[in-house]
Amino acid sequence: MSRVKTIARRSFLIGSAAIVGGVAFGIYTTRQPHDNPLLRGLSDDEASFNPWVKISAERITLIAPHTDVGQGARSVQAALIAEELDLDFGQFDVDTGPPAPAYYNAVAATDGAPFRQRDDGFVANTGRGFISTAAKVMGLQITGGSSTVPDSFDKLRTAGAVARETLKIAASRVHKVPVDQLLTESGAVILPDGVAVPYTALAEAAAGTEPVDEVSLRPPSQWRLLGKSMLRSDIPAKSTGTLMFGIDLHRDGMLNATVRFNPRQGGVLNGYNADAAADMPGVKHIVEVSNGVAVVADNTWNAFKAADAIDFDWGEAPYPAESADHWAAVEASFSDEFLDREWRHDGDVDDALAAGPVTEALEYRAPYVAHQPLEPLSALILVTDERADIWVAHQFPRQAQEIVADIVGLKRDDVYLHNQFAGGSFGHRLEFENVRYAAEVGVQLKGTAVKLTFSREEDFAHDFLRQIGISRVRGVVNDKRIEAMDIEVATPSVLASQMARAGLPMAGPDAQIPAGIWDTPYAIPNFRVRAYRVPELAPTSSWRAVGASTGGFFLETAIDDLIHAAGGDPLEERLRLCDDPLACRVLEAVADMSGWGSDTADTVGRGIALVYSFGVYVAEVVEVSNGPRGLSIDKAWVATDVGQVLDPVAFDNQVKGGVIWGLGHAMNCEITFTDGRAEQSNYHQHTGMRMHQCPDIEVRSLGTDSKIRGIGEPTVPPAAAALSNAIFAATGQRLREMPFSKFVRFA
Amino acid sequence: MTTFKVNGETVTVDAPSDMPLLWVLRDELKMTGTKYGCGIAQCGACTVMFNGTAMRSCQLPLQILDGAEITTVEGLGNPERPHPVQAAWIEHQVAQCGYCQSGQIMQAAWLLASNPVPSDEDIDNAMSGNLCRCGTYPRIRAAVRTAAKTIREQDT
Repeated sequence: MSRVKTIARRSFLIGSAAIVGGVAFGIYTTRQPHDNPLLRGLSDDEASFNPWVKISAERITLIAPHTDVGQGARSVQAALIAEELDLDFGQFDVDTGPPAPAYYNAVAATDGAPFRQRDDGFVANTGRGFISTAAKVMGLQITGGSSTVPDSFDKLRTAGAVARETLKIAASRVHKVPVDQLLTESGAVILPDGVAVPYTALAEAAAGTEPVDEVSLRPPSQWRLLGKSMLRSDIPAKSTGTLMFGIDLHRDGMLNATVRFNPRQGGVLNGYNADAAADMPGVKHIVEVSNGVAVVADNTWNAFKAADAIDFDWGEAPYPAESADHWAAVEASFSDEFLDREWRHDGDVDDALAAGPVTEALEYRAPYVAHQPLEPLSALILVTDERADIWVAHQFPRQAQEIVADIVGLKRDDVYLHNQFAGGSFGHRLEFENVRYAAEVGVQLKGTAVKLTFSREEDFAHDFLRQIGISRVRGVVNDKRIEAMDIEVATPSVLASQMARAGLPMAGPDAQIPAGIWDTPYAIPNFRVRAYRVPELAPTSSWRAVGASTGGFFLETAIDDLIHAAGGDPLEERLRLCDDPLACRVLEAVADMSGWGSDTADTVGRGIALVYSFGVYVAEVVEVSNGPRGLSIDKAWVATDVGQVLDPVAFDNQVKGGVIWGLGHAMNCEITFTDGRAEQSNYHQHTGMRMHQCPDIEVRSLGTDSKIRGIGEPTVPPAAAALSNAIFAATGQRLREMPFSKFVRFA
Repeated sequence: MTTFKVNGETVTVDAPSDMPLLWVLRDELKMTGTKYGCGIAQCGACTVMFNGTAMRSCQLPLQILDGAEITTVEGLGNPERPHPVQAAWIEHQVAQCGYCQSGQIMQAAWLLASNPVPSDEDIDNAMSGNLCRCGTYPRIRAAVRTAAKTIREQDT
């Protein structure tokens, strides 16, 4: 082992305790840093100060381990490092890095903790710290939970600062100048005489320099890049068709494959006849895979056509075959037997209900929906006896790597996962079907590169759906006020379903079942939230905003129902109930933006909703009008507070995208089952919003929260409720079940 | 053998006659700017110009391409010399995941070629067949207006 590697292996500790006042080295196992994965294959004239920065004589490479699924993760991670490293855009390459424990996510897992994210008390913080440590020990590298920015904010700026200060020490040694007389600017160390020494010229000297262990981070007032409008690095390529997504990759001699496996998810393959397919043009191989068959051909079209020509005999689904039975299973779960947890009980709900008067018992429903990002699942793989390479966009890269290793019979370190830009995800790329099937094909065709592409229909058939759910609500209202609310929610456990497939343990109650409900800022005097865990039905997975995407709809349409029963104003009563000043400010902001309370035409209605998810309050007002062609959504206003916004354009895009996602699926999307299969097979049956249906959306970020938070998901949950509430205001028709297109017509 | 032009260059392709242009471009010609999204003309990700008209390339079998002139997103412009529509897409930072944007851009380029002064309703009508799952529609609208202005100014 070279001296460089010996020294640089002492990369620094990341963790909440370590950032304040610089970088610390602890003595306990849980405080030891993970190895720096960049040291593998590093040459002697290259320096890597930590897992996020690599400098050679030719180039500077910044590592962005959070997967870019369209949210701009790669660009903002690089900007965080570049800010402290005094690099300008264009002076560095950005790479995703290999899957590695050093890239564990300290934030994402804490969202499952049974503490309100805004709870900064000792117990909550200690509990979060414990979970964060567990994530670290497991080396859990995950992109999700709107955690890229919160997880990266201190970590990557510190990585940049450590590299900067270490380069200064190297320059000091080479140029015989005291460190305190050196500055850095635009990718260079500036000597006292004004001479600029590029970092790349210092790479070899820096490689022999022990990284500093004490840095301080610059205050936002000194930022050059962050917080200002910046051109996302992937925008030019994505605007010219030149960005290569995973599905676009090509290698010499590559074959193209597609797969068919039991559309009754988890069901077996009883038998098949591929005689006709084997004789079709371009078909090279037909190989058996788990519960299915893959066709390997010269091009994707020929593979698709041949797969269509195979006769299959599929086994039964391991869940009810018909949608009605799924709903019946949810309905049957409202009992003590299935109580997952009583998440909140303020006052005494039973006493309040006994005293009455009790509102009509109401029920709210959310169907299964699919993720279906526009880039179909794919993976390119090349397996040999020595190693496997897989090119795929994945949010769980270490788990994906391990699955490949298991299937192809190699050690995990001999599997090289090259993480790609994803053509959307919304949670879809936390699953492993494309990885698993690519590996199963690749290991049967060793030495040949194979690109596996799912047809859209196959992708739909195997989407791990958003949870189905029902909520039941009773309340007591009096003189425009909600005095009591008893809300019950029943869904399957998304996390249990998903984490079992990822090979990760999941114990205790699932905080995603009551997400968007139990941690509301509404201080209703008598308030009870009970979550019931429906036994697993169709397999489910995290869908943008996860539990809050349904919970927020349940709570905020129910609150509107209760306010209506009380004869109150939807905004006034929400404000009165709010016990968190930040939530009140967010509500007041959206009221101000939308001119809440101002006159509208009779055919126009406005609805409001406030949901708390992923540590963020988001309030939305939606305005609809009822015309001869149906309902149109004309305007939406969004107010939120994520603290400092790092990339204003990406922020605006995420907010609007989340609102459109929430509205579009509430309007017209559901997955239903018959004969054990999803009935919807392509976008004509599960569309989401189209352009002519898209409202103008105004966004305001208050920027007052002291903590920095992510916004990829939190704008989704209020959208469906605000739309339902607006339709009620416009038409008097109350929609308590999604999708709304079952009951009303949209223009 | 089918011979046609792609972005001004003559190509000759030997493939099944029912193979859609989408897959001819992607797998035979290795031009991957044109995207596969649905295969049934529901998403618009594969939009190209077929003899000057925006069409879904997943619905254009090789057998009708003899002598056709095809323009793909690669033929519209490139990062160094973007078409006004692409320049507007960059200026407004339209893309999120970006997978639908080749098709959106081709559709918008065709709209502005046939209707240089589109109303907001014209834009919505022309673009509603192009699905964006990320929800970039507000920025697409703004970028189309900017591109329309640029093209008008170039023409005067």
